[in-house]
Amino acid sequence: MSGRNTRGRDAMGAGLAMLTKLAQAPLIDRLGLRKQTERAVYETSKAGFRAVGAANRTFSAVQKRNAPARPTGAPERGQFDLTPTDEQKMIVEATAEFAAEQLRPAGSAADDACAAPETILKRSITELGVTQVGIPDELGGMGGERSATTGVLVAEALAHGDMGLAVAILAPAAVSNALVLWGDASQQSTYLPAFVGDDVPAAALAINEPRPLFDPFALQTTARRTPGGFVLDGVKSLVPRAASAELFVIAAALDGAPALFLVESGTSGVTIESEPAMGLRAASTARVLLDGVTVPASALLGGGSADTYADCIRLARIGWAALACGTGRAVLDYVIPYVNERHAFGEPISHRQAVAFMVSNIAIELEGARLTTLRAAARAEQGLSFAREAGLARRLTAEYGMQIGSAGVQLLGGHGYVKEHPVERWYRDLRAIAVMEGVVLV
Amino acid sequence: MSISLEVPKKFGMLINQAHQVSLEVFRPISRKYDQAEHAYPKELDTLAALIDGMNDGGEGGTGARGVRRDSSEQKPGNRNGTNMSSVLSIMEACWGDVALVLSMPRQGLGDAAIASVANDEQLARFGKLWASMAITEPGFGSDSAAVSTTAVRDGDYYVLNGEKIFVTAGGRSNAVVVWATLDKSKGRAAIKSFVVEKGTPGMEVERLEHKLGIRASDTATIRFTDCRVPAANLLGSPEIEVEQGFAGVMQTFDNTRPLVAGMAVGCARAALDEIEDLLAEAGVVVDYDRPAYAQSAAAAAYLQMEADWEAAYLLTLQATWMADNRKPNSLQASMAKAKAGRVGVEITTRCVELAGSLGYSENSLLEKWARDSKILDIFEGTQQIQQLIVARRLLNKTSAELK
Repeated sequence: MSGRNTRGRDAMGAGLAMLTKLAQAPLIDRLGLRKQTERAVYETSKAGFRAVGAANRTFSAVQKRNAPARPTGAPERGQFDLTPTDEQKMIVEATAEFAAEQLRPAGSAADDACAAPETILKRSITELGVTQVGIPDELGGMGGERSATTGVLVAEALAHGDMGLAVAILAPAAVSNALVLWGDASQQSTYLPAFVGDDVPAAALAINEPRPLFDPFALQTTARRTPGGFVLDGVKSLVPRAASAELFVIAAALDGAPALFLVESGTSGVTIESEPAMGLRAASTARVLLDGVTVPASALLGGGSADTYADCIRLARIGWAALACGTGRAVLDYVIPYVNERHAFGEPISHRQAVAFMVSNIAIELEGARLTTLRAAARAEQGLSFAREAGLARRLTAEYGMQIGSAGVQLLGGHGYVKEHPVERWYRDLRAIAVMEGVVLV
Repeated sequence: MSISLEVPKKFGMLINQAHQVSLEVFRPISRKYDQAEHAYPKELDTLAALIDGMNDGGEGGTGARGVRRDSSEQKPGNRNGTNMSSVLSIMEACWGDVALVLSMPRQGLGDAAIASVANDEQLARFGKLWASMAITEPGFGSDSAAVSTTAVRDGDYYVLNGEKIFVTAGGRSNAVVVWATLDKSKGRAAIKSFVVEKGTPGMEVERLEHKLGIRASDTATIRFTDCRVPAANLLGSPEIEVEQGFAGVMQTFDNTRPLVAGMAVGCARAALDEIEDLLAEAGVVVDYDRPAYAQSAAAAAYLQMEADWEAAYLLTLQATWMADNRKPNSLQASMAKAKAGRVGVEITTRCVELAGSLGYSENSLLEKWARDSKILDIFEGTQQIQQLIVARRLLNKTSAELK
């Protein structure tokens, strides 16, 4: 294998392949494994499905509004300050408590089940109000200033509990945030009321497409203009909670430039196909197949502006960076007691520099990435340019998020590789940071 | 109280002044003094006078002395003060030339040490000196507790004996802050720092080093032979307080490490700015929005460097912000020094690689920056020492447990 392995199957390989086929069935029986195997297949097929989009409710404008409501922008602060506001401190405290008490204990089972428990999703809405925070009060939300830094702090705190569950919880908020930021009056009054009650619909912001070197600014999903609106075609991948989602924001190329479209899941031509992944399994990721999906002219979000789309990609990346910081912190908090308690050669392994320096580097890279993420968010909410900062936060968390995930498993050795400890899940979840686009929005 | 990580506008003038100095004074003579290793950069005298004037006027320290922690009542609310402005001006000046910054009269690390730990009377006496820092000895480097230079009390004097090496600006400065032990058997707590002015009998500058980089800065060996120093020149408490241990002299590092981190950040920025221009000439445009892997390898390399730079920059500012707001910052100072030290080397050396023979030759300053940056991952605590400090803090280990 002195380069790319181009060897094909030869006679011996063909024999082995045959043998494998023959051996499989009797072997299972001989070892009495038939039942377990059947159950495993059954479980997998439960997660593996293909269905039309969920459609439980009809969205319609309850109240006519003339102008869209937007949160007030934060004033430019022109200083260096890492102190959160009192309101942010309260929100973070409540979120961190929720993450520790609800998410962390449920993380492993939700990962296995490829689904977030309904109770947790409900409580995230009734107790934390994750979707309501960003919605202006004239639309029934909690109002207040637009705060991307609050979004970062919340995502970080949730992901400290469990990243997959955090994504499941935050997915609908990405759609409501998009409507708040870029929806026109009619789009807001049609869809936002659903996001302020206790019965918030599952919803998702779908950007990713299944291909190598995916670039969210060069989409293959297309929107074609028709007299009545648009026709969408293409495939979106790794869309959280897609099977139960009632509303999507879909990225598609319109006249060659990327744009965002509101697509109700019940629209004809929308098919959901399960797509469980390496991690983020609690978020029930799936593909959304769009086959001649007809949407009205009013489905176009933000007027199809290039700036809107770019901001959407950037704010989502800040969100993923924040998730990486939260899970990265979980790794750090987990390995510290472990390496102190684990003994080898007559002393705690933390007494060895090879071990201790890995812990230092987790902390150093995490802190650097976190500050970069916060700077990007703070610039966004102050109305300053933030393309550079969001791009850098993305790069750092993609790179060091994975490095931290890997160090977490490595520090636990064989114990890190088995499911008894959460570090193997965090390793899988942290690989998502470099891959995911959209989905969350701070 | 709101999260924001921007440099306040009030520092704009200061930063601009440092930038003008970098551009118009340092860069034009950068190569000259890199080649004439031990020649004194006389251009700096005029400049030093200018900086003294800037220091005396209004808020925002510019250099090493800005790190003094204000003992007056902390006003409520956020503060962006002299720790931050000092580091910002150092960053900007090191964008010009690290070696020349290290040679700036009255801007030595010893001055930062004096500013950090001197009492008001001492500050009045030593505040205008140009002071070097003398810690390292032939027998030890990182293990500062191994100081073997002795200080023996004799009436109103301490008598110093020992040899110090790697004293930055040791040949040119007019004073040296020397670490010496009052009693070797009492360990760290007995280590004290003394201000020794040049011309004190028994103090001899013996040799200047020839180095990989920062060649415009002189690095001296200084020998103390029965050198009598006034007892009032001891910085901090003269008592050997075992429980307080090393804290007295080590406190200096909380202030000087962010300064050195800032040097690395400034030097790395110089290389990044240069390579960005060179890449643009070669037709490579860096796009922050498009994924790195969807761009050229050179653009992807640039993005990674810029991201690491941003982390180092913000870690450095965080350490100074904490100092300005009276928060203990030892951990953050070491994190900043560790990250900035290593990415300084990674970035400057990678930029040489990207620029090819153009970057490697003496026709550009890229190769010089790649040499200069290496010291910043070594002095004021090596990369490994910073990691050790961070690890001990996080793991709650003593230096006896985690060696």
